[in-house]
Amino acid sequence: AALKGALRLQVSAALKEGHVTPTELCQQCLSLIKSTKFLNAYVTVAEETALKQAEESEKRHRRGQPLGVLDGIPVAVKDNFNTAGIETTCASNMLKGYISPYNATVVQKLLDQGAVLLGKTNLDEFAMGSGSTDGIFGPVRNPWSYSRQYKGKSVPKSHSEDEESNWVITGGSSGGSAAAVSSFTCFAALGSDTGGSTRNPAAHCGVVGLKPTYGLISRHGLIPLVNSMDVPGILTRCVDDAAIVLGSLAGHDPKDSTTIQDNFKPFELPNLTDVSKLSIGIPKEYHAPGLSSEILALWSKAADLFKNAGAKVIEVSLPHTCYSIVCYHVLCTAEVASNMARFDGLEYGHRSDMNKSTESLYAATRREGFNDVVRGRILSGNFFLLKQNYENYFIKAQKVRRLIANDFVKVFRSGVDILLTPTTLSDAVPYMEFIKEDNRTRSAQDDILTQAANMAGLPAINVPTALSKRGLPVGLQFIGRSFQEKQLLTVAKWFEKQVKFPMIQLEEVKRHDRNVFQYQKSASFS
Amino acid sequence: QKVTVEVLDHLERLALVDFRDAEGVERLQKAIQFADQLHEVNTDGVEPMDSVLEDRCLYLREDDVTEGNCTKELLKNAREKVEEYFVAPPGNIPLPKLEERETFLQGS
Repeated sequence: AALKGALRLQVSAALKEGHVTPTELCQQCLSLIKSTKFLNAYVTVAEETALKQAEESEKRHRRGQPLGVLDGIPVAVKDNFNTAGIETTCASNMLKGYISPYNATVVQKLLDQGAVLLGKTNLDEFAMGSGSTDGIFGPVRNPWSYSRQYKGKSVPKSHSEDEESNWVITGGSSGGSAAAVSSFTCFAALGSDTGGSTRNPAAHCGVVGLKPTYGLISRHGLIPLVNSMDVPGILTRCVDDAAIVLGSLAGHDPKDSTTIQDNFKPFELPNLTDVSKLSIGIPKEYHAPGLSSEILALWSKAADLFKNAGAKVIEVSLPHTCYSIVCYHVLCTAEVASNMARFDGLEYGHRSDMNKSTESLYAATRREGFNDVVRGRILSGNFFLLKQNYENYFIKAQKVRRLIANDFVKVFRSGVDILLTPTTLSDAVPYMEFIKEDNRTRSAQDDILTQAANMAGLPAINVPTALSKRGLPVGLQFIGRSFQEKQLLTVAKWFEKQVKFPMIQLEEVKRHDRNVFQYQKSASFS
Repeated sequence: QKVTVEVLDHLERLALVDFRDAEGVERLQKAIQFADQLHEVNTDGVEPMDSVLEDRCLYLREDDVTEGNCTKELLKNAREKVEEYFVAPPGNIPLPKLEERETFLQGS
C-alpha cells in the first residue's frame, strides 16, 4: 500500500530489511527522472551504470553486508564534478563531449559507500550564475512550479501555449541538483558553493543545502571556479541526511592540499531539546535592501522561536557585509581568469578548426566554447590583474576579504554560537522575469546573503522554513564557526523539527503506480 | 574614466578571449564601476588575505609516484594527436595586430 508521506520511512532500513531492493529503488528513480524531464534537472542520466551499481548493492544486501547507510541510495552529482566514463560538461560547449578519465574524490567516496550514481545535473555554465538558467542545456525549472501549492500558475490562453509559462527558477548555480532532490528523483545530490550556489537553489526548491567549511571536503575533481572559496555542497531533504553525506565525504585528501589534516570523525546528530545554552546572533546588516517583507517576518519569527525556547538571541553587527559582493566580484573574476586559462583546446574539450597559430587556436577555441558570462568574467578578471590595477583592485579586495572574515571572528569570539539569517531576498521568481536582468546584476543581487560565508570559509546551511504567499519555499540560513559542522547541523535539525516544512505535492507527474512514490516520498534515507 | 582601446586590445591578447560586441565592452565598463566601490573601504594596516587557511601549514605529500601510466586514457580526450603528442599549430606567432584581427574593437 502506498504510504505517501504518511510515514517517514527510513529507506536505508527498508533496503536492509528487504522491503525494497536497490534495483527497484533505482528503477523507480530512473522512471521518475523520465517523467519529470520537463524540469531539465539532469544533463546526463547514467542509466546502465546506475542499474549495475544497484545490482551490486543488491548482492551485498542479500549477503547481509551493506557497505553502510548510503549503500544502494540513488544520488545525483552536479555536472562540474568529474565522473569517470560519464560526460562532464559544466553546461558549456567547451566541455561538451568530454568524458572524464577519473572520478572526483567526493564522487569516488560516494561510490565506495555503495551509492548509486543516477546522473549529472544541470547548472549555470561553469557554475557562474544564480538562476541555473545560463547553461547550454537550457534553464532548470523549479519543481514547485508544478506543485499544488504554487499560486502563480498562469491560465493557458490556448492549447499551443506552454501551460506553465509562469514557471519559476530554481536559483543557482546548483539548480539541477536542488530540483533533483526536491522532485524525489534522488535522495541526495552534490552541488558546489562559491558564492551561495548550493544554499540559494536549496532555499528556492525547499531542500536542505549545506555549505561545509572550506578545507573540510576535497575539491579534487571539482572543476574550479574560485580556488580559495569553492566547496562541494550537499543537498538533501532533511538535515540528518546532510549529516550522513557529510560524514562520508569529509576528511583530508592527499590529492587536495587545501583540505585540512585534522582527523574527521563522522557524527550522528543528537536530538536537541534544550537550547537554553545557545547564543544565536542576528546580523543586522543581513536586513539587506530588497529583502522581502515576507522573509523579514519569517526571520523575525524564527528568532522568536529560539528566544521562546530559552536561547539567547542577540543582534550583532558584521559591518563589512555590504562590501562582500564587490569584493567577491573582483576576487572571483581574477581567479576565474586564471582557472579558465586551462581551456585551450589542446588536451581536452572543444577545439576550434583554426590552425594558423597556437595563439589564434586558443582564441578561436575560447570564443566558440565559452558563453558571454564566462568570457565577461575572464576579461574583467584580467583587467583587475593588470600591473596597473593589481594593487588597487586585486590586493585591495584581498584586504577587504580579511575585514569581512574578521567581522565573523569578532562576533563568534564574543560568545555567539550560530548566526541566523535569511538565505535569499525573496522566493523564486518566474523565469520570464529573471531573464530581464543580466547575469552579473542577478548574481550581485542574489548572492548578497550567502557570499560572505564563502569569503570567510565558514560552514552554512539553508533549512526550508515555510511557504511564501505565492506558495513557494522560503528558507533561512544558519552560519557556524569553522569546522563546527556538528553544532551547526544540530541547531539546524532542531529548527527543522520546529517549523515542519510541508512536503511538495507534485501534480504534473503521470504516475502509473502510486507505489512508485512510496520510497521517494520519505524525507530521510537514514 | 573609459577604458581605452589599447587596454581593451591588451586584454583580448592576455585573455585570448574577445569582446564580442559593444555589450561586451559595456559589461567591462560596468564591472570596473562596480569594483570601484572597494575604494570606499579603509584598509590601512590590513594585510591581504590569500586563504582562510592561512594559519595552517600546507599539506605536502611524499615525492613518491603513486599513480600514472595513463597516457592512453588522457590522449583519448584530445582531438589532434600524433603518437603520444598533443598536436598544436605553430607557436611563437603573436595574435594579429588590432587592425588585422577579427575583433569588434576594430574601428573603435
